[in-house]
Amino acid sequence: MTRVMIPSQLTSYTAGATRLEAGGGTVGAVLDDLDRRFPGLKFRVIDEQDRVRKHMRLFIGREETRSVAAPLGEGDELLIFGALSGG
Amino acid sequence: MTDAIQLLVGTRKGAWIYRSDAGRTDWRVEGPLFLGQIVNHLVADPRDRETLLAATATGHLGPTILRSTDGGTSWTEAKAPPAFPKGEPHGRSVNHSFWLEPGHASEPGVWWAATSPPGLFRSADGGDTWESIDGLNAHPKILDWLPPDGGTPDGAIIAGISIDPRDKDHMYLATCSAGVLETTDYGQSWRPLNQNVRCDFLPDPYPEYGQDAHQIALAPSNPDRIWQQNHCGIYRLDRPGERWERIGDAMPREVGDIGFSIVPHPSCAETAWVFPMDGSDVWPRVSPGGRPAVYRTRDGGGSWERQDRGFPAEQGWFTVKRQAFCGDGRATQGLYLGTTGGEIWMSGDEGESWRQIAAHLPEIYSVVAAPAA
Repeated sequence: MTRVMIPSQLTSYTAGATRLEAGGGTVGAVLDDLDRRFPGLKFRVIDEQDRVRKHMRLFIGREETRSVAAPLGEGDELLIFGALSGG
Repeated sequence: MTDAIQLLVGTRKGAWIYRSDAGRTDWRVEGPLFLGQIVNHLVADPRDRETLLAATATGHLGPTILRSTDGGTSWTEAKAPPAFPKGEPHGRSVNHSFWLEPGHASEPGVWWAATSPPGLFRSADGGDTWESIDGLNAHPKILDWLPPDGGTPDGAIIAGISIDPRDKDHMYLATCSAGVLETTDYGQSWRPLNQNVRCDFLPDPYPEYGQDAHQIALAPSNPDRIWQQNHCGIYRLDRPGERWERIGDAMPREVGDIGFSIVPHPSCAETAWVFPMDGSDVWPRVSPGGRPAVYRTRDGGGSWERQDRGFPAEQGWFTVKRQAFCGDGRATQGLYLGTTGGEIWMSGDEGESWRQIAAHLPEIYSVVAAPAA
């Protein structure tokens, strides 16, 4: 399981939860798991061409990734941030 | 049927609903809805009077469609919002839905959505799931007509959808880079409809396509009459004719015929209103001279009369975006406009006089008048 940090922009989907666990071997698979439990969440973060949306940032630990294919290992933490979207 | 009106207001920071009494005198506000979300369009379904759809996004999150089936009391998110097919050859993804259009009266539950980058989508289940219209989105000319990176400062858009009330297969699109497109086969095929519409920002001033149709409107009492507020003037087309006439030439020279919106009269096909904006030198896009006014024609665009009673007499620098000027369709048409400065103004007497009914809202993107649920 991967620990996932949910940003405030998405807590309306997760009933306020900011820390969750989700299964899957890649960033995309973890987001798919979250989307099954919280329908609609993934599309707000990842577009229909599997690109991370412009003002969303994903980190595996301290390393940023823009790829849904990025692998996640046991004990990894996926951090989702909303950042720099303007006023 | 009640005479009360609901005004559905989309802003850069959420949505508000203003509900009037039968006389359109007193207004009660509900909101904010979806505070902080960018609401490009909030539209009521005239076929059931209960369904509302909102096209939303946020600064961070991707776009979605929010739905209410109880007149706005409760909201749920669409299961499958408008999205281009995964892996489509041009790599497009929907940035936001710009325009929502209830389908033809004969098709309850059908809705259409126009997006940025330009795309057309259809729902057959009241806006819950959406499909890409390949007849347009995969058209061989799509990148010529509607390049994803062309168009307005907020992105390239299809700015509006108009459906012929006599024929569900017959629709028009107002677009930012292909002018008006027409289909007669329910969106399977499209063709430009821009003859004689000027394009003063291209080497060929009268191209087959390339125009920026800010808004079009079919006259409700004669859907063969199409009004157009274009980037380069005000036009009228009477079908089956193909050649637009620049009726904005009759506007006062010092005001010009640049603007974003055009509103038809519900029962008189000779009457329409525009809200001119300054399109001189660097295109300030505010009320010319700082003196807001609508202009009304009652002879099909042959002449225009200024209507400014109630608006600021000076220092009124209004900007009214494409979706933010509308009529309510009542016999004596009420008119409503929302400014980028967060004010809503209304006229209950077909433009003769105006009053402010709301202020201090965020930047207004859209104002839609509908009968109260």
